[in-house]
Amino acid sequence: MSSRLLPFYATLAIFVLAYGVCVFQFPNMLSTRVAGNLLTDNAFLGIVAVGMTFVILSGGIDLSVGAVIGFTTVLIAVLISWYGMHPLLAFAIALAISTTFGAAMGVVIHYLDVPAFIVTLAGMFLARGMAFVITTDSIPISHEFYTALQGLYLRLPGGGRLTLIGGLMVLVFAFGIVLAHFTRFGSYVYALGGNKTSAELMGVPVARTTVGIYALSGFLAGLAGVVFSLYTSAGYSLSAVGVELDTIAAVVIGGTLLTGGVGLVAGTFVGVIIQGLIQTYIVFDGTLSSWWTKIVVGLLLFAFITLQRLLVVLSDRKRLLRNAPS
Amino acid sequence: MSNPDLLTASDIRKSFVGFKALDGVDFSVRAGEIHALLGENGAGKSTLIKVLTGVLKPDSGVIELKGSQIAVRDTLHAQQLGIGTVYQEVNLLPNLTVAENLYIGRQPKRFGLVDTRTMQKQARALLADYDIDIDVGAELSSFSVAVQQLVAIARAVDMSGSVLILDEPTASLDRHEVELLFGVLRKLRDRGLGIVFITHFLDQVYAISDRITVLRNGRLVGTRETASLPRVELVSMMLGRTLAAATGHGRRDTLPQSSRQIAFSNFGLNRSLAPFDMTIHAGEVVGIAGLLGSGRTETARLMFGIDLADAGTVTIDGKPVRIASPRDAVRLGFGLCPEDRKADGIIGDLSVRENIALALQARRGWYRRMSTRDQTELAHRFVKALDIRTTDVEKPVKLLSGGNQQKVILARWLATSPRFLILDEPTRGIDVGAHAEIIELINKLCDEGLALLVISSELEEIVAYSTRVRILRDGVHVGELVGAEISTGSIMQAIAADQGGVK
Repeated sequence: MSSRLLPFYATLAIFVLAYGVCVFQFPNMLSTRVAGNLLTDNAFLGIVAVGMTFVILSGGIDLSVGAVIGFTTVLIAVLISWYGMHPLLAFAIALAISTTFGAAMGVVIHYLDVPAFIVTLAGMFLARGMAFVITTDSIPISHEFYTALQGLYLRLPGGGRLTLIGGLMVLVFAFGIVLAHFTRFGSYVYALGGNKTSAELMGVPVARTTVGIYALSGFLAGLAGVVFSLYTSAGYSLSAVGVELDTIAAVVIGGTLLTGGVGLVAGTFVGVIIQGLIQTYIVFDGTLSSWWTKIVVGLLLFAFITLQRLLVVLSDRKRLLRNAPS
Repeated sequence: MSNPDLLTASDIRKSFVGFKALDGVDFSVRAGEIHALLGENGAGKSTLIKVLTGVLKPDSGVIELKGSQIAVRDTLHAQQLGIGTVYQEVNLLPNLTVAENLYIGRQPKRFGLVDTRTMQKQARALLADYDIDIDVGAELSSFSVAVQQLVAIARAVDMSGSVLILDEPTASLDRHEVELLFGVLRKLRDRGLGIVFITHFLDQVYAISDRITVLRNGRLVGTRETASLPRVELVSMMLGRTLAAATGHGRRDTLPQSSRQIAFSNFGLNRSLAPFDMTIHAGEVVGIAGLLGSGRTETARLMFGIDLADAGTVTIDGKPVRIASPRDAVRLGFGLCPEDRKADGIIGDLSVRENIALALQARRGWYRRMSTRDQTELAHRFVKALDIRTTDVEKPVKLLSGGNQQKVILARWLATSPRFLILDEPTRGIDVGAHAEIIELINKLCDEGLALLVISSELEEIVAYSTRVRILRDGVHVGELVGAEISTGSIMQAIAADQGGVK
């Protein structure tokens, strides 16, 4: 077992422990019903977190995703409710725009050599601003196709429901795992996060990969927007504010090194579900303020960053010792 | 040895802002030869390699592969042309597995996905040629530097159809690993590959190479058959005799030893520098001579507290002192002009005035700011005293020529009125005129009672100002020349003295 994956195993252990504590206190939480709801309620966060995992693995950051989700919901709502467009066409347009938007940010980041932080910060303001320009109102979506999609689910043994959007998140994670670990693109992403200069000298197509990474993140943010609009049946320019930060938190808690190069897509899944679990616990408890979620996530994040730093320091020391003369 | 030329570069020129890294260099590798490329730091070896492999674009010049002209676009293109390279400063990707490092960008695929099992099988087979039996599915960073280096070499060899370039591949290898590598290289040579081998270990050059090309200051000194090139002549090619007339001063006389002295005793650093003693008197210039990697810069770093000596003591005028950091050293009146002034010395975007005032301000502490007027006055004083050529003290230092930048760094330390100044390659990369001025300046400072330690690859230069010369070889202070013993010939003899066997 590699020590670099220790944060992932730590996350997994914390999740199992936390779920155990929850079940001990509220035995009802051990059900497919709760599990199904966890997937449904966190579907948009999970989908966008897959994209963010690739971005962070490559050593970058994407602050625009929350705003892109908000923009997408507004765009879809307006296209369907004001222009009477079929939802599928609206989805296609929204995804095309968000993917292009991500790719454009990737182009700027690579070719103009501007830090991803700045470029995606600008992207965040741009996307949020465009959402406000379209409308500042919350637009409800009522379309029979929407109702049909929302009604789709797979019955799980034990009464739980795997809804369309919950299932979509699981599929996106499966896709992300394959992409990260079984394709050349995936190895390029890790290579960029490891050392960009080395990667370039070894013949990794840095430009294509960088643009691809941000296009993927943009696409998945758009898809998360679609899911969010299915989840809320509305489009609102203030929706998903701050989601980019929840997403980064989920990725880091999932064991991905914030400096890039190390981490697992599967880890991000656990990171997302831990956040969902805390919320579910608060709902079950009924007396706690929902803001406790933020406090616990903050503490976890701090603990994980400390753990990662500690592991890096320890492994460096081990390497020094190994290379010293015996 | 009349195989056809495989890779030929003619009249390659490459300039970076303000200095010529390569100035009309010709170079060629034949099929079935190992060609050593030698030169001191800044001679242009790495730049030449980067030009040949497409990392840098030459300003002018022609590169031909097997007789037809090529324009290498980037490293990927170079690899496709059959030129494989192991770069000096860049390792592989520590966070990927060994197998991924070997095959990234060309992983075997199955059903459109990377076939990890096949890839690992191929990786194991590839490494077996080098007697390496490791878990190729483990992260590269979990192995020693030597194994990582061999993996990098294995990768480059595997990808190089015709030319293999190794930039200092043996720096981190032990004797057995070097032998192993040489075995592989000989095998590849017999297979008809052209191999370019950069190193600063002369024994290894003689052990393996067929021909030698020497570069100095971005120019070609010459290409010779190894078998017919005596070692002393090789050293003289590397260190050069270009400076004979640059300064009127001959060798300096040894001064009566003053009582003001700085004494280092038993100073050493594990694995890089054997313990040494050195006493430097006020008004004395000690020259440090040795080849690249012999411990010259390491000596300076130890004395200045950048690296901490394992053992040893320092006394100033008989009183013991402690140097645990450069801050301590500065407080004691030491100064260091580093080898790479762009990276470690000059702050290019700041003005001449700010650069000169920096060390003095640092010593006063940030809460006692020097007024701009004081700074300007200080800057004007030194611009005049050192004849720094700038139109204005507010000009950003990066716009000055190399020699004037060097003078600005000198001024920075002189402003703190130091007792001991260490100059590491003070004349690197500056033109001949400025060269002579810097030497003049060193002599003047010495007359004023400063103690100086000067490291240089230019032997004539060392001869021109040193009262004593320390000879370094492979991390050991092997000798000292005093007074009349000092000449370029005696220094070269001392450096080239046979070291016996491989590293």
